[in-house]
Amino acid sequence: MTTWVEGFLVILMLTNLWLLGSSRLLSCIAAVSVQGVLLGLLPLVIGIDVPAWRLILQAGISIGFKGIALPLLLLRAARSVDVRREVEPFVGYSASLLIGVAVLTVSLFIGLRLPIHGGAAPLLLVPAALFTALTGLFIIVSRRSAIVQALGYLAMESGIAAFGLALAEQEPLLIEMGTFLDAFVAIFVMGITIYHISREFDHIDADRLSSLKDSPQ
Amino acid sequence: MILALVALPALAAVAAFLTRSHALRRSLLVAVAVVHAGLVSLLWIDPSRFPPMGSWLAADALGRLFLGIASLLFLAVSVSAVRFLQRESGATSADTEEGFLFSNAPEAVFTACLLGFLSTMTLVTVSQHFGLLWVSIEATTLVSAPLIHYHRHHRSLEATWKYLLVCSVGIAVALLGTYFLAASVASVTGDARSAATSLTFSGLARAAASLDAGWLKAAFLLLLVGYGTKMGLAPMHTWLPDAHSEAPSVVSALLSGALLNCAFLAVLRILSVCAAAGLGAFGRQTLLVLGLVSMAVAAGLIIGQPDYKRMLAYSSVEHMGILCVGIGLGGLGDWGALFHAVNHSFTKAALFLLAGNFLAAYGTKKSSDVNGAARTLPVTAALWVAGLFAITGAPPFGVFSSELTILRAGVNAGAWVVVVVYSVLLAAVFVGMITMLLRMSQAGPRESPSPARQVVAAAGGSHQNAATAPGAQGSGRQNAARSGRSAARAVAAAPPLRAADSALSVAAPLVLLVLTGVLGLFIPGFLDTALKQAALLLGV
Repeated sequence: MTTWVEGFLVILMLTNLWLLGSSRLLSCIAAVSVQGVLLGLLPLVIGIDVPAWRLILQAGISIGFKGIALPLLLLRAARSVDVRREVEPFVGYSASLLIGVAVLTVSLFIGLRLPIHGGAAPLLLVPAALFTALTGLFIIVSRRSAIVQALGYLAMESGIAAFGLALAEQEPLLIEMGTFLDAFVAIFVMGITIYHISREFDHIDADRLSSLKDSPQ
Repeated sequence: MILALVALPALAAVAAFLTRSHALRRSLLVAVAVVHAGLVSLLWIDPSRFPPMGSWLAADALGRLFLGIASLLFLAVSVSAVRFLQRESGATSADTEEGFLFSNAPEAVFTACLLGFLSTMTLVTVSQHFGLLWVSIEATTLVSAPLIHYHRHHRSLEATWKYLLVCSVGIAVALLGTYFLAASVASVTGDARSAATSLTFSGLARAAASLDAGWLKAAFLLLLVGYGTKMGLAPMHTWLPDAHSEAPSVVSALLSGALLNCAFLAVLRILSVCAAAGLGAFGRQTLLVLGLVSMAVAAGLIIGQPDYKRMLAYSSVEHMGILCVGIGLGGLGDWGALFHAVNHSFTKAALFLLAGNFLAAYGTKKSSDVNGAARTLPVTAALWVAGLFAITGAPPFGVFSSELTILRAGVNAGAWVVVVVYSVLLAAVFVGMITMLLRMSQAGPRESPSPARQVVAAAGGSHQNAATAPGAQGSGRQNAARSGRSAARAVAAAPPLRAADSALSVAAPLVLLVLTGVLGLFIPGFLDTALKQAALLLGV
């Protein structure tokens, strides 16, 4: 099982680099969707001490929501506004990849030094989780398109949820479901807002939403 | 019974969404507000009638205090909301600032979200588990986003997007903090460890001594950043002025008066765990610094702020800073900060409701364009003056006495630097806000209208002289709508009013301001006891 876990975690880290380096929206959505599926599979192979039905439920919800439903929703939003790629992000793609590698190094450095007592968490889980969350955060601040920002939020959420896997035994099921539901609704509301933005402005570039500011007297 | 407090508005929200009749929906809104407030007062009178549900839901002293504020405010706001919805019921309306036509979100959605907002805020105040607290606070963001986007136009959309993204990212950081908290529990062994209660407030307090200090510190910082974003502490406040200025005024009143408090409550919850674990001093110092930074940033933006709704929003940032300073100083400051939360909520909500009256009547958010209000909206104007003096901490209002209490806490603690900075910033805000008031009170036409205004007036054809003004350029569609109004403003002293004072529009702010006035002179025994009990929960 350990090889499976390490394998999944390495793939999770690679999807981050994939997300950082792609300009095509479809490709970004696919990367985030793969992350959702991985997040669903991880609890099955880590060997957490909770009942099997709960593991399966968790995996199903994660794969269903984050792996399939939300990417499809964002895909529809992207189709309706006819955006295929992110043009000219604030930080270019090569630079993003370099920053991604730096973030990966930092995550490994911090993650391997954060011991979780008593948990049987795999070695790479915390670094991979931190890397995913930080990548999501970076995507949110470095991209213009509202859809890609929503994708960044989804990646951030996935990273944090992966971190939570290390502590899953202490987390009641209800809270877990609540967290999933919130993430789902958040993306849903963001999707609706993106739809409105595209209708109102004929673009979805969040950096051009700049009419509200403190005007001088 | 506690569940009823959460479920009642939630069910009513569903009902409101499905109802077709406007009248029925509006009465449902007020009825639910009344019943909710009634249940909450029952809870205040006899807490034992609301027994805890499991270890997750309970109304402790802190929760009761904030629930009381939220419920009372919602009652006041629901009355104003009825008036607001009556006024806005048309299919389309002209934008108050730029003159284009836009439509509103369906009233059913608005009312349902308003009720859902009450339900989720109630859940925040009664949750006893950090996970549940997180879920409910994120839920408040999601149900309030459609409220900000009630007026369907580009500015409110921009505000909604910023609100959604900034707050969601902030709350995601808080989720990471919650997991860090769980990681600090992972080090606990033996009796104190029990999976079911590990993240409940009481469970953590019991196990506090054996929590891992490193993880706990990191968790505190992450939760503070996360919930601090929602609370509007600088430098994470960027969503707040936009959301508050673009949302309908009834919504701004709720955001400022009730929602920010809910986030503050979440910060207090983690602080009390830190205090139990012996990290109280660390937590309080962090809060103190963050509070002073927020006050300074807000003061800088309040001075010279031309937009009165944005000014009120920045004032909220300032007051959230004051709350943190009070808690940061500790001792008497705890009591002072909690009392200040009550005063600020009532006063700020009243001011936002009044700002809504001005906006409806004058169609501008620029304070310099609201002229002669004393004659046109006498009650609103009088209350506005009282409210501005109240919020800036002038006696005899409640804000004065709570700000003074926090100052005394600083003197008691011997923190002289804090005392000086705090007083200077309060004075700066006072000057900034009263300057705005003076600008608004300059009645009559201005001596030299700007060229742009004259041109616009000329386009309306009612002011011949202005046609000679240089630089005559206007931008198409805005002119038509603006010209009539601006022309009238340039010609005569009396601006064309679109809404006058009515009993429904001034009742709620009047009651709220009277309440702060009373609280400044006399603190009822039950409130004092409640504040003391709540302050006790914060630990030392």
